[in-house]
Amino acid sequence: MTITAERSIRPERVARGADTQGEPQGWLGLAFILPSLLFILLLFLIPLAMTVWMSFHHWPLLGRIRFAGLANYAELIEDVQFWRALGFTALYTVLVTAAIMAVALPLALLVDRPLRAAGFFRTIYFMPVVIGFGAASTLWMWLLNPDSGVFAQLLRGIGLIDSAPRPLESFWPALGVIILMVVWKTAGFTMVILLTGLQSIPDDLTEAARIDGAGPWARFRRITLPLMRNSILLALVLNVTSSMLAFDQFFIITQGGPSNSTISAVFSIYLASFSSYRLGYGAAMSFALLVVLVAISSIQLTFMRRRPEDG
Amino acid sequence: MTLANASKPILRRDEAGGETVRYALFVLVAGLVALFFLMPIVWSIANSFKPAAEALADPVSLVSSAFSLENYRRLEGVGAGWTSYAANSVVVALGTVALTVLVAVPAGYGFSKFRFPGQTLLFVLVMATMMIPFQSILTPLFLILKWLRLQNSLFGLVLIYVTFQLPFSIFMMRNAFDAVPRALIEAARIDGASQWTILRRIMLPIALPGVATVAMFAFLNSWNEFLAALIFLSDQNKFTLPIMLVNVSSGIYGIIDWGALQAGITVTMVPCIVLFLSLQRYYVRGLTAGAVK
Repeated sequence: MTITAERSIRPERVARGADTQGEPQGWLGLAFILPSLLFILLLFLIPLAMTVWMSFHHWPLLGRIRFAGLANYAELIEDVQFWRALGFTALYTVLVTAAIMAVALPLALLVDRPLRAAGFFRTIYFMPVVIGFGAASTLWMWLLNPDSGVFAQLLRGIGLIDSAPRPLESFWPALGVIILMVVWKTAGFTMVILLTGLQSIPDDLTEAARIDGAGPWARFRRITLPLMRNSILLALVLNVTSSMLAFDQFFIITQGGPSNSTISAVFSIYLASFSSYRLGYGAAMSFALLVVLVAISSIQLTFMRRRPEDG
Repeated sequence: MTLANASKPILRRDEAGGETVRYALFVLVAGLVALFFLMPIVWSIANSFKPAAEALADPVSLVSSAFSLENYRRLEGVGAGWTSYAANSVVVALGTVALTVLVAVPAGYGFSKFRFPGQTLLFVLVMATMMIPFQSILTPLFLILKWLRLQNSLFGLVLIYVTFQLPFSIFMMRNAFDAVPRALIEAARIDGASQWTILRRIMLPIALPGVATVAMFAFLNSWNEFLAALIFLSDQNKFTLPIMLVNVSSGIYGIIDWGALQAGITVTMVPCIVLFLSLQRYYVRGLTAGAVK
């Protein structure tokens, strides 16, 4: 949909540079941009530089700030809890991304039809996306609670279990229900990304393959999937980067438990900076996470660039 | 091409009955899946209007024999009361929308319709901020807000939200202004229209859907944001709705008032859903445009 609009803009953009005659004066444009640059300088670039600067200091909230050299980073390398948090975040990212793709791709195929009803179902599947993670997390806390939760009641009602399950009391069930919640909340988003890919495939192509005798599975594997490559990669990038930054659901639903096993990377930064008030150490953690994230997105973006133009 | 078109009617006639069956099957499957996405929302809203005893005994049923607002009344007794938390959320969200539009629309215009040295570099710089998550610069932001005496202030929170809304918003607005045909501008200029008139009478009407998209994303993101609000607001009168929800969900002496929580979840999510359903077009536009960047 918007992909095509985007393409049609491009030629104009190229031509635009050529005829600058009759253009308003350039400095006026700079004046229009200036307020936004102030925001980005003051509340983005300066804090970004400060993150690096602070990571070389012992920086308590109150009291004396001391230069620490690489001490924070040395401590970080030895910090078992931080590595556990990074490892857990990576595990969560892999599992939740796989789960979201496994749900969103069939959903996209299901609702990619020129029917009014399909549009209606698209809207319903997308609805949880606009609810915040805070509200969604507390909502699922209630759904999951063993005393008055809907799930316990339903499972008991159909006679599947006798006593209410307590998924938050051990690691894998806790991770499982968090993933279920995140799939519920975000599958609709990935579905829309995948739909833009599906809708850019010309109907003639699948029709021609059908006439040539290709079955539904062959058409999906040989035509649909390869031509969706870009939107699948994009969905992967967006899911991986947002999952690496997961915080709300672990802070609210599992509260890091059981026994600190579900503390994510951002959660451990939160604990260092705003619970122990070791701002320098928190900054070192933040910088480490930032490097990991920028590395991941540049790897993924390189994959996206390497493509046939209409792939 | 012609073959495909010729074969279609034949297929249709043969499978006329099959089409109906397939449609029914689609509605059935899609409907079942819809239950998974819809029911948690419906259950939460339904239970917020049930008396506590009934919600505890039967959370699954959707219609209550006794419609009750007692949960909302009890939620008013939590901390400063839900109405003042809702007011804080409204102030933060509308403040973010207003300031984001005020800053991003001129910036998009400047990047789209002017040429000056260093422009490309500045645009790349603005877009690069999207690569870096705000979670990784929270610690220094905390100090900067403290120095500016904007810590524990709703205005300080708005400034943070606006900053992180800007890259996407500027990108949207530049594309919106790019779509204004230059012939139209030339014609207006020849007719003697001033720069200001061109912006107001020609550019803005065409760019208006872009503004709607920017405003909607600013609203939803600031309304729903949790981590920054958790860190930067310490005074309980200043909390926003998501922070209130977490306070209710952590309970008092280990006892969670599920009814009050349902009421809180309902007042937090219903505005987002209503906004989405009424302005869906603009939302999906922004989603795909931002995604294709």
